[in-house]
Amino acid sequence: MTFPAITAVANVLAHAPGLVRYGSKPLRDAAHAPATLEAIAARLRPYEDAVAYGPNQAFIGNLEPEALASLPRPWFDALDRGASSAGAFGDLISEGELLGLLKLCDRARLVHLDADTLSDAAARLAKRGIVTPAEMEALTPADGPAIDALCRGGEAIPLFLDGRTVGAIARGHEEDEALTANVLLENLAGKATGVLALRRLLTMVEGRVAPGDVDFVLAGSEEAVGDRYQRGGGNLAKAIAESAGLTGATGFDVKAFCASTLYAVFNAAALVQAGVFSRVAVVAGGSLAKLGMKYRAHVAKRMPILEDVLAGIAILVEHPRPGDPVIRLDAVGLHTIATGSAQQAIVEALVVKPLAKAGYRLSDVDRYATEMHNPEVTEPSGSGDVPRGNYRLIAALGAMRGEIPRDGINDFIARHGMPGYAPTQGHIASAVCYLAHALRAMRAGTMRRALFMAKGSLFLGRMTDASDGVSFLLERQGGNP
Amino acid sequence: MIDLKGKRVLVIGERDGVNGPAIEACVKSAGAEILYAETLCFV
Repeated sequence: MTFPAITAVANVLAHAPGLVRYGSKPLRDAAHAPATLEAIAARLRPYEDAVAYGPNQAFIGNLEPEALASLPRPWFDALDRGASSAGAFGDLISEGELLGLLKLCDRARLVHLDADTLSDAAARLAKRGIVTPAEMEALTPADGPAIDALCRGGEAIPLFLDGRTVGAIARGHEEDEALTANVLLENLAGKATGVLALRRLLTMVEGRVAPGDVDFVLAGSEEAVGDRYQRGGGNLAKAIAESAGLTGATGFDVKAFCASTLYAVFNAAALVQAGVFSRVAVVAGGSLAKLGMKYRAHVAKRMPILEDVLAGIAILVEHPRPGDPVIRLDAVGLHTIATGSAQQAIVEALVVKPLAKAGYRLSDVDRYATEMHNPEVTEPSGSGDVPRGNYRLIAALGAMRGEIPRDGINDFIARHGMPGYAPTQGHIASAVCYLAHALRAMRAGTMRRALFMAKGSLFLGRMTDASDGVSFLLERQGGNP
Repeated sequence: MIDLKGKRVLVIGERDGVNGPAIEACVKSAGAEILYAETLCFV
């Protein structure tokens, strides 16, 4: 039986130190203690440091995640000054470029940017092949006094670049709490980074797939786009598709907390397998709310605030061509209601059961992609090394089942795991960030199969105590055994 | 070792560690009364 393939993946980052103050945690803290903003400003890192940072280089594909294991910690002191912002999988754009993209993606005329910032962003983004000069020239800049007046009047919140106010984003309605400037900035940041990823994806398949050839788009981001009568109304997928020029496509959003994007990938594959569509793009933009989420610990430890990037990802799912790895739709792992919340049961549902369906043992999987959060972000706040914790659970279950010797757990983790390298942008750190690496390795013939496992904390929404999760196998064609 | 029999307990679990329902089940089996249980996600 043949299955749909993943044929291209784009991983992008956008440096956003000026938006850290609008992350959920900094914003709440600054409301009570304005000195918070000074403490944050003192620990923000320059763009060059974000580019030179190993985990970011791994994310955009210039470094294999495994290479981080031999990089001395702390990684923020082991910067590679020769590193490029142009990654094999996508770009790490500067904050000025991000502001330009916010302006480009704003159809409601709520983003105001000064002329210098806009023209500089246009030139840089055009050089990367993300925008055309014509579409950027069609945008109207604002002057400084107008921007200041909007902010002073409470209609808008300022947008910063290198500590200076260079723009503003206005509210969408005088009373609607779903259309405040902060909510719209969060939604637009998700849209803009999704557009960045989708446009980069299209450049990867240029000549074979035209923008109009994509039939459908599924978005799996973390925002809630809507108005007061329908706060999570959604369909950012279609908005992103429009801004990426996918004129022949429509789409919808998949919502399942941090498991959204992985759910979207296997649903895209199912739509292709069913013959509904030939070509489906999955896209996810970044989470502004999670910028600076652990800033307190980073400030206290006198280290850079590492949660200063928005992430985006785009994945193309099609009928397979020779060399494309396929998604084993006959071995999807699901956390059913009956699975319950015990960790052992969750790992059995997401790892053991799908492998058993495919006829594999744990050691038959070359790499496990789980919650790939960068430990350097999470450890200072006491949250531990999240991927390592998940690898230990998988290995411990393997030991209980007799597939792994009890003294072989660390060896299993070293062979089948990898260091966390993703920014704490939940849905993107949840396994999908490794799709690009796995695609590259399988095409190169150095990997047979990888298992992708994402968890969704839907209990956070107070509608249930239940956990959630989903997994699938990506496999080189002819990958048996 | 703490004897939980008859104790009132607030449970805070963690998604990638030991979650709330798992702790709740253990604590209940030891004879405690659960006043509040929650699972947190730190990522």
